[in-house]
Amino acid sequence: MTSNYFEILRGGINTTFQDKGRENLYHIGIPFSGVMDNRNFLLANKLVGNHLTAPVIEFAYQGPHLRYTGDQLNFVITGDVIFKIKKKDYEIDGDCYHSYHLENGDEINIISTNKSVYGYFAIGSEIDLKFQWNSCSINTKANIGSNNGKKLDRGQKINLLKINSDKTLKKVNYINSKIENIRVIKGTNFDYFSDEGKKIFFEKEFIVSKLSDRMGMRLEGQKIENVVNTNIKSEGLVKGVIQVPADGNPIIMLSDHGTVGGYPKIGVVVSVDYDRLVQLAPGSKVKFQEIELSDAETLFKLYEMETKNLLNQI
Amino acid sequence: MLKNISNLGDAALYCDFGIQVNKATNLEVIKYFNTIREKKIKGVNNLTPSYNKLIISFDLRVTNFNEIKNKIENLDTTIEQNKNNKKIEVPVCCEENFALDKSRLEKKLNLSYQEILTKFFDKKYFCYMTGFIAGMPFLGDIDENLRTQRLETPRVKVPQGSVGITEQFANIYTFDSPGGWNIIGNTPLKVFDDSKERDPNLINPGDTIIFKKISRQEYENSNDK
Repeated sequence: MTSNYFEILRGGINTTFQDKGRENLYHIGIPFSGVMDNRNFLLANKLVGNHLTAPVIEFAYQGPHLRYTGDQLNFVITGDVIFKIKKKDYEIDGDCYHSYHLENGDEINIISTNKSVYGYFAIGSEIDLKFQWNSCSINTKANIGSNNGKKLDRGQKINLLKINSDKTLKKVNYINSKIENIRVIKGTNFDYFSDEGKKIFFEKEFIVSKLSDRMGMRLEGQKIENVVNTNIKSEGLVKGVIQVPADGNPIIMLSDHGTVGGYPKIGVVVSVDYDRLVQLAPGSKVKFQEIELSDAETLFKLYEMETKNLLNQI
Repeated sequence: MLKNISNLGDAALYCDFGIQVNKATNLEVIKYFNTIREKKIKGVNNLTPSYNKLIISFDLRVTNFNEIKNKIENLDTTIEQNKNNKKIEVPVCCEENFALDKSRLEKKLNLSYQEILTKFFDKKYFCYMTGFIAGMPFLGDIDENLRTQRLETPRVKVPQGSVGITEQFANIYTFDSPGGWNIIGNTPLKVFDDSKERDPNLINPGDTIIFKKISRQEYENSNDK
């Protein structure tokens, strides 16, 4: 009998449970999935005293509206998010990166992300979830993960198991920086594109299309002309690969991507830029910038150090 | 033979086994895939074998391109592998509402549907890889007279169980999914089962597939339906 739970009064646009995702399953057609923005995921868990890779609720644009029933617990929201906490007699605007106490009957209304896409809601408690391949991450395309692989919806309940005993409130000062130049390493089919096409890719602005989700981000701009072949024999993909199909518009593979694909790869977004890439909302303008492998490796090390420093401040 | 190793971004190796797409090349890919899996190389977190490529993903927090490249170049692939490749029979019903591209194929291939099916069911198929969507097998090679391009405009939703052909390959849609292959029929068989975490794929690279034509009645009576 579970006595601590959330009721979902509104599901939001794309609300899912996520954690670090699944490894070593590409060969059977299952991608990593997991949180889109890893740094905000780690910060959220640290701020409520969870294991760093504990399951969190990820939402996109409009988040869920939840009512809590049970004993006092802590929660936090990370990202750039507008949300309200409704207590018995009053309502307050919540701040991201501050943990709050939640009491029986309180409500959290996650209104929207602000000029970004993903936000994270972490609960200072173990959540009752089904794990598949050691991960609760919901992959709605393959119906894999907790909640039968489906996004969270109105009327559902989130049952909690064991509330964390330490309920100290914590905060950290952090501002999400926006990305304008996406750094890429040339792809394995870079030479399939015309000189003009290559120039467009690295010099012109692209706009993030509305047709973007956890699988991929579509971009619109000047057409990138292919002069060799608009199809290749299907082969593996990884997160960050930029494919250019026959229509000349780039598509960036994101966490729930199909594991193989047959479009030429013009480039790959470097790991250091992934957390900020996924936060680009439709309509955002971006440019691609070439970078060498060794520089990408160094920048990633620095980014990891920065993340560790932030976590150590909590 | 492994011809070249390059980097795919900063967290993956792109191993190229040559431009030929045939069983011999693919068996070489699978040999590397199996050897690397058994070795459990530190930091490697995903392997994607395909017709003539192998992509090795790694965790950049743990290792880097040069380290893994060095290990792959010095890999001993001569070790005896446990070959447990299976032979699997896949029933397919090719009646009217399952054969979504019947008239398109008749026109494109200039053959009657009867002739198309005879050529299709007459062969044994080899599984080159699985992926795109969970458990989808890529099988080959189909008869030379059955080879044609993908649909000009892919379908938004290909029904689960659909058996498709394009170029020299055949596949099976394990879920309702967008897709552009020419659909010749549908199987009632469950090709991907996520309740079997250790072995969710019915068909794995290296397996042999025999398609068996079944009637509507047999389709409806199938246990997996």
